[in-house]
Amino acid sequence: MKIGVFVCHCGSNIEATVDTAAVAKIAENYPDVVFAEDSMYTCSEPGQENIVQAIKKHGLDGVVVASCSPRMHEPTFRRTVERAGLNRYMFEMANIREHVSWIGRDREANTNKAAELVRLAVEKLRRNAPLYAKQFDVTKRVLVIGGGVAGIQAALDAADSGIGVVMVERESTIGGKMAKLDKTFPTVDCSSCVLAPKMVDVAQNPNITLYAHSEVESISGFVGNFTVKIRKRATYVDWSKCTGCGICTEKCPEKNVPDTFNEGISKCRAINIPFPQAIPKKATINPDYCRKLKDGKCGVCSKVCTVGAIKYDMVDEIVEEKVGAIIAATGFDLVDWKTITEFGGGTYPDVITSLQYERMMSASGPTAGHIHRPSDHKEPKNIVFIQCVGSRDCSMGRPYCSGFCCMYTAKQAIMTKDHLPDTDAYVFYMDVRAPGKMYDEFTRRAQEEYGVQYIRGRVSAIQPYTREDGSVGYIVRGADTLLGEQVEVDADMVVLAVGVEGSKGAGNLAEKLRISYDHYGFYMESHVKLRPVETNTAGVYLAGVCQGPKDIPASVAQGSAAAAKVMALFSKPKLENDPQVSVVDIKRCVACGKCIKVCPYQAIEEVEFRGQKKAHVIETVCQGCGVCTATCPQGAIQVSHFTDNQLLAEVNALCQF
Amino acid sequence: MNITRLDKARDLNFKRQVEEESGQNLSACYQCGKCTAGCPSAGVYDRQVSQIMRAVQMGLKEEALKNRSLWLCLSCSTCSARCPNNIDVAAVMETLRMMARREGWVQDRPMETFWKAFLDTVKYTGRSYEMGVMAGFMARTLRGWGNVEIAPTALLKNKLPFIPSVIEGREEVARIFQRYAEKQKRS
Repeated sequence: MKIGVFVCHCGSNIEATVDTAAVAKIAENYPDVVFAEDSMYTCSEPGQENIVQAIKKHGLDGVVVASCSPRMHEPTFRRTVERAGLNRYMFEMANIREHVSWIGRDREANTNKAAELVRLAVEKLRRNAPLYAKQFDVTKRVLVIGGGVAGIQAALDAADSGIGVVMVERESTIGGKMAKLDKTFPTVDCSSCVLAPKMVDVAQNPNITLYAHSEVESISGFVGNFTVKIRKRATYVDWSKCTGCGICTEKCPEKNVPDTFNEGISKCRAINIPFPQAIPKKATINPDYCRKLKDGKCGVCSKVCTVGAIKYDMVDEIVEEKVGAIIAATGFDLVDWKTITEFGGGTYPDVITSLQYERMMSASGPTAGHIHRPSDHKEPKNIVFIQCVGSRDCSMGRPYCSGFCCMYTAKQAIMTKDHLPDTDAYVFYMDVRAPGKMYDEFTRRAQEEYGVQYIRGRVSAIQPYTREDGSVGYIVRGADTLLGEQVEVDADMVVLAVGVEGSKGAGNLAEKLRISYDHYGFYMESHVKLRPVETNTAGVYLAGVCQGPKDIPASVAQGSAAAAKVMALFSKPKLENDPQVSVVDIKRCVACGKCIKVCPYQAIEEVEFRGQKKAHVIETVCQGCGVCTATCPQGAIQVSHFTDNQLLAEVNALCQF
Repeated sequence: MNITRLDKARDLNFKRQVEEESGQNLSACYQCGKCTAGCPSAGVYDRQVSQIMRAVQMGLKEEALKNRSLWLCLSCSTCSARCPNNIDVAAVMETLRMMARREGWVQDRPMETFWKAFLDTVKYTGRSYEMGVMAGFMARTLRGWGNVEIAPTALLKNKLPFIPSVIEGREEVARIFQRYAEKQKRS
């Protein structure tokens, strides 16, 4: 075997603390190495051309590049050796940047360590064999989890390109958080006016199958061939019959049900349609409150329903769908602001969240768009907005900025002045973060045109007291850090700009999707900068706030981006597998079946071979995780490219003495 | 106007020292002002607590130490409880008071005297003794009848006993003072 070694300077990234020429010199003496040199940027076009020429000139059978992490450039160099006629798996990479030059300053020690890592790569390469990919069919349908604006956009774009879409939404209507908003920044246009047509498109698009009031139960399979079980939670209403007329919601005698769509600021009936533009516009019974379901006495809705849609004996139903790709667009929930005792912890009636205020301002909301205090239904004269509630707050374990609160607070302050011109609006802020098209201008307009009083400082406490006229007032005590003084406002109402975190249950779903998530419930993208839509699980993509806080335009853009990724995946007639998969040595296999039990992908089956039972790996299903290898008592099952012999050779290369 | 030449005035050793003695990371402060917002003494401060934090961050030693606020601080720790960055602001204030004493920069002598009088009663009785504090404070400052108008109310509520109550373990408390004095002498 003839091996060529290329040691990269990576500009000064490696060369500054590693003597790359010396590493190349040492590598020349490793077994089978016939050529070694250092180069400035191995990944550059001339750098790659150099490898191609060396392969041809010296008749190399394999190549080692000592440079950066294989995460970035292993695919690059595999293509390079392939261009020169070698199999792409006759290539190894030694990471002497992240593992050496960036973490140590001692040039001599670094040079020695780099040379050792090259030795390891050479020993591995000496035992490499050419591997070839297999092709397999793709189910050209995509599952979109979450029917908020990001999921809707992804579904519509995918459906427009002819891809079948399965959309699963936990609530009884799609629309997500955007459907709850009254207006959107920075144009102050009506939120439901721009969203509702898209929601209707989802309902009417023949390529989209919508499962509302449903959740993903389990996911199995792999990119191109996922099998998804969906739990259709019982609605106790036969949606195929329900016309959405709403008579049941008027006649239901149980009137004391917290209205979750209105964020709990109003009550609804036990059978309910969340809002007029709901998609699907169907009634759902809340079993926690329904008198018929709880005590068996009532049945009013069933009597008034003209189409006989009420089914009290309905149970959850599991349906199975086959898809080739998955887009997670599960959105966000508000941080638990009720733990903040200095703001009343949810006990002061007139201290509300921005989302509750949004419902209050909405014409289709519980107050028909009239702003009044929840406690006495009077118009507030002073409204205080407090930003960064549960954002940028290490003491609450939420150190990050929720991103869009500055903008919606400015919008809500402007809307307040629009609704109630004589009312004063105060905004306590830390920094106004408005990096977006027309965003900063918008926050300036709130101050210059609408006279909203911005105060730079946090609020320490809200203290309720009884005024002379018997009404309740709230002393909001904060600091004006620009003035260097304590300030107070006697407020009638306080709106908290509560920060966001990953949607409830996001972690649970991430485990079903086999993707990672952070402390705050946000899903991890594959690369923060260059792969913001992909996850580390092939075929699973992200859209919207589930990946991190973002506003509507960014969510819509990411929804489209995720759909584009799915289209690219489905544009190929067949997918190729990664040939780094398990292989069974049938001479050694005793058919104990342990590998079949542990395989998380159901990639191993039992076959008959010359009258004997043997394990067999379905190559296009195997993901090369190696669990079977670790389990096999006979050492009969090995992951190609990571065989025991290859790994032991690496260990031996390092442990020479 | 007084212009601070930052490149000259900045004393990062001072910041490091405060961080070391208080055990707090001053760089974590992002100047939100929540400490000032909740401070019950803010109205009488000559420099707000968030401004003192800023002065330490900037390494401006005199600004941080030469103010009356340090001595008007009640050590109620509302600032520490409310800090979104988990900084124990009250501990920083305490550190600054000790540093100011070492530098001889105490800006409110009577207040320092009051503290001494208070600690003396603790040393002898193991707990605070209000009449003792008053007597010690008056004797040292020669201030006569400063807050005498509250005496009748306090007396009626039995908040101003003439005989000190002594706790169990008074000797142990006294020994803390003794050990501190010995430690001071050694260093």
